[in-house]
Amino acid sequence: MADRYIEPDTPELRARWGNFAWTPENADKAKDVLSRYPEGRQRSAVMPLLDLAQRQVGAEENTQGWLPIPVMEYVAAYLDMPIIRVVEVATFYTMYNIAPIGRFHVQVCGTTPCMLRGSDDIISACKKRGMKAGHITADGLWSFTEVECMGNCASAPMVQINDDNYEDLNVENFDKVLDALARGETPKAGTQDPNRHTVEPTGGPTTLTAMVSENHDYRGEW
Amino acid sequence: MALADKDRIFTNLYGFQPWNLKEAMARGAWDGTKDILAKGKEAIIEEMKASGLRGRGGAGFPTGLKWSFMPKQAPLDQNGNPKPSFLVINADESEPGSCKDREIMRHDPHLLFEGALVAGFAMGARAAYIYIRGEYIREAEVLFAAREEAYAAGLLGKNACGSGYDFDVFVHRGAGAYICGEETAMIESLEGKKGQPRLKPPFPAGAGLYGCPTTVNNVESIAVAPTIMRRGAAWFSSFGNENNRGTKLFQISGHVDKPCVVEEEMSISFRELIEKHCGGIRGGWDNLLAVIPGGSSVPLVPAKDIIDCAMDYDGLKAVGSGLGTAAIIVMDKSTDIVRAISRISYFYKHESCGQCTPCREGTGWMWRVMERLRTGNASVEEIDMLFQVTKQVEGHTICALGDAAAWPIQGLIRHFRPELERRIAEHMPEAAE
Repeated sequence: MADRYIEPDTPELRARWGNFAWTPENADKAKDVLSRYPEGRQRSAVMPLLDLAQRQVGAEENTQGWLPIPVMEYVAAYLDMPIIRVVEVATFYTMYNIAPIGRFHVQVCGTTPCMLRGSDDIISACKKRGMKAGHITADGLWSFTEVECMGNCASAPMVQINDDNYEDLNVENFDKVLDALARGETPKAGTQDPNRHTVEPTGGPTTLTAMVSENHDYRGEW
Repeated sequence: MALADKDRIFTNLYGFQPWNLKEAMARGAWDGTKDILAKGKEAIIEEMKASGLRGRGGAGFPTGLKWSFMPKQAPLDQNGNPKPSFLVINADESEPGSCKDREIMRHDPHLLFEGALVAGFAMGARAAYIYIRGEYIREAEVLFAAREEAYAAGLLGKNACGSGYDFDVFVHRGAGAYICGEETAMIESLEGKKGQPRLKPPFPAGAGLYGCPTTVNNVESIAVAPTIMRRGAAWFSSFGNENNRGTKLFQISGHVDKPCVVEEEMSISFRELIEKHCGGIRGGWDNLLAVIPGGSSVPLVPAKDIIDCAMDYDGLKAVGSGLGTAAIIVMDKSTDIVRAISRISYFYKHESCGQCTPCREGTGWMWRVMERLRTGNASVEEIDMLFQVTKQVEGHTICALGDAAAWPIQGLIRHFRPELERRIAEHMPEAAE
């Protein structure tokens, strides 16, 4: 199991987050989430709502967002479920941050397919910038986690930074991505290989070449 | 034998064209869906059985047969009302090496939604939930948007496609837990709990999501269904060897010149697949060390056995491995093979849900021993002890994660024992100093 430690409940934490409530926009989103599940099964909404709450915390703090205990209590009350059931979910799933986090959460995939393509170099590049697991850099910009397979194996190695993936990395183009983020820019997400569109073989697809330039309809050839 | 572009199902696999409804329909999605549904449930299930489609999520169970397990007569709840049934689509693609469902969802989501309707109708389901892994954030955004398009066009919802059948599809995002790819863990997670697998029986077809009959299918299995119905079982079963029919998305990662995802005919040979689409092995064929052919949970296959092997369920079973999700991890001779497998052991340690003791304790123990074997800081007897422990984990847990953690290690010991012993022997003088 993953080693994860929850941020302790303190008077300061309560003072900061005890009055957490949905913003009007998120209140509408929360209602929309609830409507996806049958009546009496609103507990199913706990995962999407924790994600929503984490994003709201992030928007307030200008970070990726995390889940202080009072925020979990708010979600529990909203769904009329025991707080421990919410904490169980928040601690079980690794995408819920249960301790404070930086502006950018650099999640480097280190599982075998990425490892074979050079994720060690990517991790070293992170360390060079002072990133380490469970730690926010002094400028508040970076948090680092080595994560397990992110499902981008054919464009490895990759990192996920907040909501975007950066694929086909090497130290040079990865540094460019981090520099751009630090400057407040939005670097191009997806593959960083200039000869590649998504996951076709680099240099051009070996199949479905007609699709490159037009929305080809193959039905006429059946 | 080469699959022609016209016979590929996922024509927008690489996303050169928009995923939107208008373009997807121009490519042939949602073409005659009403007529497919008009054939009736039995006919659809029979056609799927005849197509020979086996589940694309790894286990390879015949899809049509799975659909037929849903109860014909809905069971009653405690108030005597018939219970609804559900289709759950497994988009929790987290097996190391696997990256095919992502391409379907972000580039051809309408094939998946259409498949959900066809499959849901055939099994009499009230609604489908697509459980997409949490890390697929942009992919989930595409699904939400594509769903809106399909509803606005009347393709889903009340009287879906004008068929008179009411069918809803919902998208549910996970939050980072490999184990939720196990079908009963996925159901638990959908119910808002920790994703810990359930004991079976009861099987989901009897009591699944919210205690109602449920079928869980992989994204690829569902997304190919409409095209199979349009082109017929005979077309689909004309590809691949007996018992291994159809086309398949192969995902090649690791030490090839050009890693990629590609749709090919089942039973294509490993050599042909790599030569045709991946530009060969890095450093040439003589530089190939071993291949993990079906995602991290299947045993590795040494170079000499894999090169001319047919990439299908039976072909890979014959070399002591499996097709899994067709996630092919290629390793050349520069690979530290012990570290590669040890990293997989760490993955399973990280992803064990903690429910069953042999897995919770065993995955950590196996990883720690693997790390010592990596440096050679072990004794030769420990190789046998490790093998024995993998056998004690395998088959003694509720779900297959314990098995999946054991098999890669067994494969390593079976094929690379001399390498392990060499490291131990080399380490010994160092230790003595």
